[in-house]
Amino acid sequence: MTAPAALLPPLPGHGGTGEPVLQVRDLVKHFPVLSRGVVRRRVGDVHAVCGVSFDLHENETLGLVGESGSGKTTLARTVLNLERATSGSVRYGGRELTELSRRRMRPLRRDLQIVFQDPYASLDPRISVHEIIAEPLRIHGRYGTRGADEVRELLRLVGLNPEHGNRFAHEFSGGQRQRIGIARALALRPRVIVLDEPVSALDVSIQAGVLNLLMDLQSELGLSFLFVAHDLSVMRHVAGRVAVMYLGRLVEIAPARQLFARPAHPYTQALVSAIPLPDPRKERARKRITVQGDVPSPVRPPSGCRFRTRCPKFAAQLTESERTACVEEVPALADRGSGNPVACHYAESIELL
Amino acid sequence: MTVIDPGEESGAVLDVTGLSVEFPTEDGIVRAVRGVGYRLERGESLGIVGESGSGKSVTALAVMGLLPRSARVRGSVRFEGAELLGLSDNQLSDVRGRGIAMVFQDPMTSLNPVYPVGYQIAETLQRHHPDLTKRAARERAVELLGTVGIPSPERRVDAYPHEMSGGMRQRVVIAIAMANDPDVIIADEPTTALDVTVQAQILDALETARAETGAALVLITHDLGVVAGHTDRVAVMYAGRIVETGPVEDIFYAPRMPYTLGLLGSLPRLDREEERLTPITGSPPSLLNLPPGCPFAPRCPLRREVCDSTEPPLHQAGPVGHLSACHFAAELVGAGADQVFDAVGADAEALARFADTAPSTEEDPA
Repeated sequence: MTAPAALLPPLPGHGGTGEPVLQVRDLVKHFPVLSRGVVRRRVGDVHAVCGVSFDLHENETLGLVGESGSGKTTLARTVLNLERATSGSVRYGGRELTELSRRRMRPLRRDLQIVFQDPYASLDPRISVHEIIAEPLRIHGRYGTRGADEVRELLRLVGLNPEHGNRFAHEFSGGQRQRIGIARALALRPRVIVLDEPVSALDVSIQAGVLNLLMDLQSELGLSFLFVAHDLSVMRHVAGRVAVMYLGRLVEIAPARQLFARPAHPYTQALVSAIPLPDPRKERARKRITVQGDVPSPVRPPSGCRFRTRCPKFAAQLTESERTACVEEVPALADRGSGNPVACHYAESIELL
Repeated sequence: MTVIDPGEESGAVLDVTGLSVEFPTEDGIVRAVRGVGYRLERGESLGIVGESGSGKSVTALAVMGLLPRSARVRGSVRFEGAELLGLSDNQLSDVRGRGIAMVFQDPMTSLNPVYPVGYQIAETLQRHHPDLTKRAARERAVELLGTVGIPSPERRVDAYPHEMSGGMRQRVVIAIAMANDPDVIIADEPTTALDVTVQAQILDALETARAETGAALVLITHDLGVVAGHTDRVAVMYAGRIVETGPVEDIFYAPRMPYTLGLLGSLPRLDREEERLTPITGSPPSLLNLPPGCPFAPRCPLRREVCDSTEPPLHQAGPVGHLSACHFAAELVGAGADQVFDAVGADAEALARFADTAPSTEEDPA
């Protein structure tokens, strides 16, 4: 019934080992901006995601990092077909996800799960934790005679007391709620889990436990994670490869170790040097690359390179003629001698840590 | 009460001793702050770190006299030798802004949405300098906006807060804080709501404000990295108390309180490869009906009997000025977080069972 798993050609230089599980090509998601008044005409678009391509491999954690408004959450949701893509393609197991209706998408939801950022908003407050975790099993007709045991086992697996299944979400702390969300995502034994800022709402001492849990689950169950976060330190810890997003576009993708040791895109460099290190001597001795101003509006993104309005290189190092390329030409995500794909005409890797 | 205690040096601009704050609620008394004390020398910077609910913000609000009437505040807060607790709101207004200025976490709620930002800066200036003309106040506002790094300040001075980005707004708040040349700036999570690249800009603006005014700084944050780079001394708060305090390097390189060590061990780091993080298990205690003993004991791997009965006072635990509130501080000499805390993750047995068992009702369409 299903078409043979035809893989798309790999992306040059993107790295990653093993079979690609999820393939994303030229994904675009625009949201309409409507005029005020009675007749709400479309007056523009929010360019949330613009032509993003990547492969998520078997048993890998691909980190997706960016600041607020970079489109990382929209990308994650569009990949799972929770938002309809404007154009582009997402392949899972030989199927094109962007064309599937909600109904046809449903069987695939077993394999593709998501954990949301806010553990206070993503759990139904009116049903018990047992029911929250049992719900996906019931929907997919897998809540059999041993269903109750399975739920208890899931609670134990994520480090919660299985006796607490009859409690409600509000009786748990933030860290425990996030564990409930993880148990729910695991219930159907998925292959891919999209983690949308899974630890950003948690205090550090709690966050560490959830990160350890996720890493254990991955190594034992062979899961593939698309890990969306704004915290680079967390990213460095969990991700094998990291893709950096700025205003809807990927600007750099590289193995985590290399990306942080030798970032090549000016934006990645600014991000890395803006993260404070919890080490007084190192922190005070660091070289800093600072950017100007704030992220421009995604309704009218800058022409050419979207980072140029804040780029320290554009402002200080480039000549007038060199700048022309930044203004007129969208830099492609390609290897420019640094060993990893970078979307900057004048990419140059430097050591910052 | 303007008497300076003769036994102490008179150098401290801000001297907080035995500060406690209680909130009566329907369920009982919430003891949000329990005996906090710190001294701030002129021009010095102190970082206060702690997780949500540790009482770090309430401490700052108590110092500024900004808590609701229902709060019961005890202890002493002396600014340049003069007691602030018990002063009327009017009397405090003379100190706020000129003596002690505050930068709040959320610049949208600390700015007034119906006035242009320049007006709000001028307002603070004129509160403390009544003879300042409108025109002069406005000029000074433009100058201040420029100092904190707002581009084309002469245009921005007439903008309303909603017309600015979060980073810009926070700069305005910093401009207001430095307007009257305060002796102390208290910044409560000034960058928490902002993106990292903007955070770096705001921290720079705060440094500029300090350099311009020579003010001492109390920087309240949950981010240990921010503290590492910007303060001379650190106080770590847990369950309403300071549980460890000392020079910044002592705290980061030789912590003497298991909680501090646990925090450092739970932190993923950008500058090194760590195999496993060592989380602190459990969660902070409720500040309602706190049991006797050390409040960290239920989460502490060093816990012994004495921990459950006696709450340890802050005592000398290293070089001068390094204090810890742990009975067994001496045992932490040279210990790493991974030696003290377990790197707990998933329940190993349950995980193995889960990996082995296939779904109970296999009915995938073939």
